[in-house]
Amino acid sequence: MALDRELVGRSYPSSAVYEVGRAKIAEFAQAIGSDDPLHRDADAARAAGHPDVIAPPTFAIALTLEAAMVVLDDPDVALDYSRVVHGEQKFTHHRPIRAGDRLVATTTIEAARTVAGNDLLTARVDVATEDGEPVCASTSMLVARGES
Amino acid sequence: MTVRLADVEVGAELPERTFPVTRADLVRYAGASGDFNPIHWNQRVATSVGLPDVIAHGMFTMALAGRAVTDWTADPGALVEYHVRFGRPVVVPDDDAGAEVTVRGKVGALLDDGRARIDLTVTSGDEKVLSLARAIVRLA
Repeated sequence: MALDRELVGRSYPSSAVYEVGRAKIAEFAQAIGSDDPLHRDADAARAAGHPDVIAPPTFAIALTLEAAMVVLDDPDVALDYSRVVHGEQKFTHHRPIRAGDRLVATTTIEAARTVAGNDLLTARVDVATEDGEPVCASTSMLVARGES
Repeated sequence: MTVRLADVEVGAELPERTFPVTRADLVRYAGASGDFNPIHWNQRVATSVGLPDVIAHGMFTMALAGRAVTDWTADPGALVEYHVRFGRPVVVPDDDAGAEVTVRGKVGALLDDGRARIDLTVTSGDEKVLSLARAIVRLA
């Protein structure tokens, strides 16, 4: 089923607050094999000018992928989830995510098109503190492969 | 040692990195990231949807390639923009060796505001697994 271009620009209500914990950052860093002290040692992070331990650059996906699911739950988005694969991913960081951050994610459909029978949907998730300080944007292009 | 902008020139190569990827790594990444899609840990489900075997999370491959950059800058906070296109999956067999992901990188351009663009080539076996991978770092 083709995607409706009028979906472009549609924005969804912000997520609940996601509180970033030191243990979650350390767990994610371990999972990607990073032993950088800035992910584990608050003193080392402070010495490098951060208020607390900082997250690896792709950590945001732990909250933004779930936030982007709001698009697939939208009845107007005719995307067959069983055929969806992750086509592209982009992060833009205003500053590193850090322990203690209380973040909200707001999802917007940035592009929707059908190419050679495949539906391509690009969702941008803007991550900000609950006080409104922009932290990062995570843009995911999802591909639903057409029936072949 | 932190890489400084003054030490960087276009064409300079990052140290080549090779990362082993085993099934255990995928299970750990699933837990840490919250992405429990069974194609990343269950061979029966993976093959039922036409994959040759269990495949790594694209985001895990992206994270490993990011490490090649942030281990080089010695500052994970230096990576301000990062864009990849997932080309081919990293197939991870059910053995102790698993798969290997190799990351090569070079400085593609020097930008304004103390930033540099790093162009990455990410392969597994002989295949390019990311068809585009670019990181922008801000250096002191």
